[in-house]
Amino acid sequence: MNDFSSALLAALALVLQLDSDLAEIVFLSLKVSLVAVSGAALIGMPLGAALALFRFPGRASIVVFINALMGLPPVVVGLAVYLALSRAGPLGVFGLLFTPTAMIIAQLILVTPIIAALTRQVIDDLWREYEEQFCSLGAGPGQRIMALLWDGRFSLMTAILAGFGRASAEVGAVMIVGGNIDHVTRVMTTAIALEVSKGDLALALGLGIILITLSLVVNGASFLISETARRNHG
Amino acid sequence: MMRLKLPILVLLLTLAIPATAEDPFIIVASTTSTENSGLFAHILPLFEKKTHIQVRVIAAGTGQAIRLATSGDADVLLVHHLASEKAFVKEGHGVKRHDLMYNNFVIVGPKSNPASITMGNSAATAFTHIANTKMPFVSRGDDSGTHKKELGIWQVAGIDPRNASGSWYREAGAGMGAVLNTAAVMNAYTLSDRGTWLAFANRGDLMILNAGSSKLLNPYGVILVNQNRHPHVKAELGQKFIDWLIGPDGQKAIASFTINGEQAFFPADKKSP
Amino acid sequence: MDRNEAKSILPLEFRQVSFEAGGKRLIKDLSFRLEVGARTIVIGPNGAGKSLFLRLCHSLIAPSSGKIIWHGAHGYDPAPFQAMVFQRPVMLRRSVAANIGYALSLRKVPRRERPERIEEALRMTGLNRLANYSARVLSFGEQQKLALARAWVLRPQVLFLDEPTASLDPAATHDVEELINTIHQAGTRIVMTTHDLEQARRLADELLFLHRGRLLEKSAATAFFTKPENDLAQKFIAGDLLWWKRGEDNRKQISEGTTK
Repeated sequence: MNDFSSALLAALALVLQLDSDLAEIVFLSLKVSLVAVSGAALIGMPLGAALALFRFPGRASIVVFINALMGLPPVVVGLAVYLALSRAGPLGVFGLLFTPTAMIIAQLILVTPIIAALTRQVIDDLWREYEEQFCSLGAGPGQRIMALLWDGRFSLMTAILAGFGRASAEVGAVMIVGGNIDHVTRVMTTAIALEVSKGDLALALGLGIILITLSLVVNGASFLISETARRNHG
Repeated sequence: MMRLKLPILVLLLTLAIPATAEDPFIIVASTTSTENSGLFAHILPLFEKKTHIQVRVIAAGTGQAIRLATSGDADVLLVHHLASEKAFVKEGHGVKRHDLMYNNFVIVGPKSNPASITMGNSAATAFTHIANTKMPFVSRGDDSGTHKKELGIWQVAGIDPRNASGSWYREAGAGMGAVLNTAAVMNAYTLSDRGTWLAFANRGDLMILNAGSSKLLNPYGVILVNQNRHPHVKAELGQKFIDWLIGPDGQKAIASFTINGEQAFFPADKKSP
Repeated sequence: MDRNEAKSILPLEFRQVSFEAGGKRLIKDLSFRLEVGARTIVIGPNGAGKSLFLRLCHSLIAPSSGKIIWHGAHGYDPAPFQAMVFQRPVMLRRSVAANIGYALSLRKVPRRERPERIEEALRMTGLNRLANYSARVLSFGEQQKLALARAWVLRPQVLFLDEPTASLDPAATHDVEELINTIHQAGTRIVMTTHDLEQARRLADELLFLHRGRLLEKSAATAFFTKPENDLAQKFIAGDLLWWKRGEDNRKQISEGTTK
């Protein structure tokens, strides 16, 4: 109990002091995760929708593959991205290792399968309802994807939040490809890992509490937005 | 669809803009001990203020730090395992090794000290006591400088602890901090560098039981990664950093760094190898 | 794409059309011609294949064997000249007006022409005051009117309706029937299924009687209701259920009836 109360105090102290280092870490965490999730949504949603709508050879294998990728260990993704971005690796010339961009790439790879798989499920259900109407109206493949993604937007919000949750909570991959460099690639989760390794468990837990609070705020806000919209749009 | 795309686009644009204009920077592959102890937080601002060169530290085990530098992902290597450092330079990955600073390793263990280690023991004798009494010992097990040091001591003692791996000898495969956390919970012995130990907050019942032996000396070296191997290495900036570190300003900065009033690192002088 | 811009895609001809699903023949050797003309109502008991028949006409499903030919459509796709209204309207999650506009955009109607046509369709169906409401919050009857507006705005030559009033109350049914007549008077060929005989009497110019995947009778409405040629059709009009008792010898008689 003592650890928990001192963790709460540490969290409170960090927030009340408006610690500029903390603000920087929080901002970078949000930036990396939001950009990664936006990118993953731009790739994963059309991909998921296409897998729901179209029948083509190899489709089943792709679906299974993407579902399996949802459980990909972040450390493995981190290692793969590290090897690719390393100066000795194929993409080394870009010098992206140990930058926020590298962290975004790793999280993008982690999150895209989640968004694609959940989108496929949502669009699959919607498509059963819309199929005949769309065929009758003569909607082309691209038009179907766009319209279904738009009509499934409230359910897809959940897919995006799931992706955001995975991205913002993940430490293994960003630690490897970001390097946890102070003021450059240090995010909430790697800062927590660092405090743990320094033995400052209260501060680590305090940072954890702030991370959970942020996650609650993001989820709560999107829940309110989508519920209001759902009520208005039926 | 426009209503959906526009906010995302705006978001991407705002987030893609870097927070500050970037100073020139170098990447230093180093050990967890230098980062976790707070040494870098103490000395780097002094260097950055003077030269406006940003130093980005990747804190990993010595083994991993050397691998980073070998594949060209760092400009400067700052670690603490002399033999590996010499090999790194000899194989052409590094330009030259400079003595930077030293402190020592400490054997920490529970206050009750069931293995009866004394300050007067040599490191090998202390380890022999632990092995004989089969008291739990947590090893880094991660190919770090401290891990290599520990294996060297076992060798001197003529003990192969890996035979006991899983029983009293526990290989954590983790950084110094994580190993200290583990040892604190298990009330186990372990070998730590002094810097990390001094800055470590979650000590539980652990305390220093042996530190004096000359076998426990912990010298740190600094090496510029060879530009001939990796053309993108920022040799000029890296050399500036090394020159500052081993010059009077850097050495003074290192000497002035204390943890709870104790000096954690000592400037390199004739005493260091 | 207006029906006035091209000559009629009709007549429509089915040649020995069969449709199978899951190893079961659901439409059996169906041959018929749909000529230019008025309102055709397809009736028959549940499971007769009425919905499948409409979907074959509208190319939502392809026949397992046989041929479906639009004789009027020489060298072009007849699909854009047709529209369909389903039993359960499927509305997009956008406004009433936008649902109509979406259909126009799919048919590549120039943007500047759309507002006027949307307005016209809304006025015809009496949905003007709901134009900016989300389509999904409309009542079932209103949604079905919107489905009719969305179909009509495409100016189809042929409009298929699959039991459009099956889930509606009498008042909404009345409105929908009036709309169907209005659309018909504006020159659109109507092909509609129903299981409501009274509705068939009110709307039909021509009747198709389907039973167990076969077309048993095709005749003018007056003739059909006064003196159907097929004895099963007769029983159907009389309200006698068509039970097929297992093991009976006169199997063919039960499934096809006899035509005088």
